[in-house]
Amino acid sequence: MSNMLEVADLGHTYGDHEAIGGLSFTVRAGELVCVVGPSGCGKSTLLRTISGLVSPTRGDVSLHGSHLAVVFQDYSRSLFPWLSVQGNVEFPLRSLPRAERRARAAEALEWVGLSGAARKRPWQLSGGMQQRVAIARALAYRPALLLMDEPFASVDAQTRFELEDLLLRVRREHDTTVLVVTHDIDESVYLGDRILVLSGSPARLVADLEVPLPAERNQVTTRTDEGFVALRSKVARLLNVGKPSMDVEKWAAAERESLSETVPS
Amino acid sequence: MTKFLQRWTVFAGLVVVWQVLGWLAEDPFFPPPSEILSAAWEWWVVEPENFTEHVVPSIVRLLSGWAIASVIGVSLGLLLGRSDRAMEYAGPLLVFLRSIPPPALVPVFLLLFKAGTSMQLATIVFGVVWPVLLNSVDGARSVDVTKVDTSAVFRIPRWQWVLGVVLPAASPKIFAGLRVSLSLSLVLMVISELVGTDNGIGSQLMQAQREFDYTRMWAGIVLLGVLGYGLNTALLAVERRALAWQPRSRDEQHA
Ligand SMILES: Nc1ncnc2c1ncn2[C@@H]1O[C@H](COP(=O)(O)OP(=O)(O)OP(=O)(O)O)[C@@H](O)[C@H]1O
Ligand SMILES: [Mg+2]
Repeated sequence: MSNMLEVADLGHTYGDHEAIGGLSFTVRAGELVCVVGPSGCGKSTLLRTISGLVSPTRGDVSLHGSHLAVVFQDYSRSLFPWLSVQGNVEFPLRSLPRAERRARAAEALEWVGLSGAARKRPWQLSGGMQQRVAIARALAYRPALLLMDEPFASVDAQTRFELEDLLLRVRREHDTTVLVVTHDIDESVYLGDRILVLSGSPARLVADLEVPLPAERNQVTTRTDEGFVALRSKVARLLNVGKPSMDVEKWAAAERESLSETVPS
Repeated sequence: MTKFLQRWTVFAGLVVVWQVLGWLAEDPFFPPPSEILSAAWEWWVVEPENFTEHVVPSIVRLLSGWAIASVIGVSLGLLLGRSDRAMEYAGPLLVFLRSIPPPALVPVFLLLFKAGTSMQLATIVFGVVWPVLLNSVDGARSVDVTKVDTSAVFRIPRWQWVLGVVLPAASPKIFAGLRVSLSLSLVLMVISELVGTDNGIGSQLMQAQREFDYTRMWAGIVLLGVLGYGLNTALLAVERRALAWQPRSRDEQHA
């Protein structure tokens, strides 16, 4: 499989605060890669350097495709209240002829199940629906790479599950390459083909893990799958690097207990 | 209907009180509304050339001055608002210019443009450009970071950034500025017509006063009030349509 994104020795420093300390990884075409790391470690900064919003102080980002799209956590601010849902989805397509623009927007709205809401204003929709509009807008742009920064962190648990499944479905149907930043370990395992685990600031790559789960995921069965539980524990352990040893031991004991509960004997 | 009554009873009541007091006092300085109305009728309806030669040109000057100031104010304001560099250079100059009371510039414009329409337009434009300009700067600055980032990521063309993002984001502030400017235009229109011209509502007011024709003077004042009210109502209607996209707060929905 060809590489869609190559990041080589990427580093970024704000003033004298080193946010990212030399990251190298690749994302292959069609892959869904999750980035997890402790809060404030530099995950958003990483996405901003990849998307070109910030130019990194060192290292290289090379994208093998013409353009990328970003879905931000703050959907209510990312959508334009003066445009209808349809207008928002058409927003990045202004250079296309009108008919094609319309068609692409309608198609993308159908993918996320919002065809009926095309004429509404984004603020008339629920949070989950608004984030679906943002996803539709990104998909309508047909990006070589879709970046998502904690896309489901501001919705309730139920909606979150629905949106996770929606993301898995559309990216499978349309063969999109996705890089998702999240601070939720379960989410990273559930969504990802691969997981990049980052350390606390400055962000460094701790592990690059393949997810040994079938492509087809299910909110109930996948989350209790042995492979899922084992990988989640592994990521959790990796993220605890640098915490006081007391905590690690307590946490490990709890983890062993929960493991014996969930794994059928 | 009740709201309509509520809104106008105080007004109607005051007119009635004035009418009664005017009859009782028989003071030539304060004629009752009925006399003012009949004077207005004679002045502008019986002799329509008074209307077309004085009132219409005044309104045209007011509206064109306001329109020119609005175009300058909005375009310059959006430009300055999106560039910290430009604002650093222009900021002090703007504050200085804005602090000059526009009527003080009437003599200067008289010298520059001679008496007449261009001098009057200059006075109006200079006086009313500031509320629009400063509000546009404010509005342009208020585009939130996520929208800036979203636009940058999608690499939208420059015109779409200005017309499709900055302008709508700034439009609530811009309309607030436009409203202030419109009322100010009326004031400056009258002031600019007080000297060096015998044409326009302002000059007719002065003339009526000089001729001790107080009923006509009052008629002119009432006309200015009606004009101001009408223009403001029209602008509010436009604003309500243009800003219909704004999420309404709960209280407003009930109002
Ligand atoms: N514009 C900025 N200027 C200075 N420092 C910044 C800036 N943006 C982020 N930082 C700092 O860089 C570090 C990484 O920030 P970043 O937002 O990338 O973290 P994050 O992993 O996305 O955090 P979170 O999980 O809370 O979203 C933080 O310590 C933050 O304070
Ligand atoms: Mg972040």
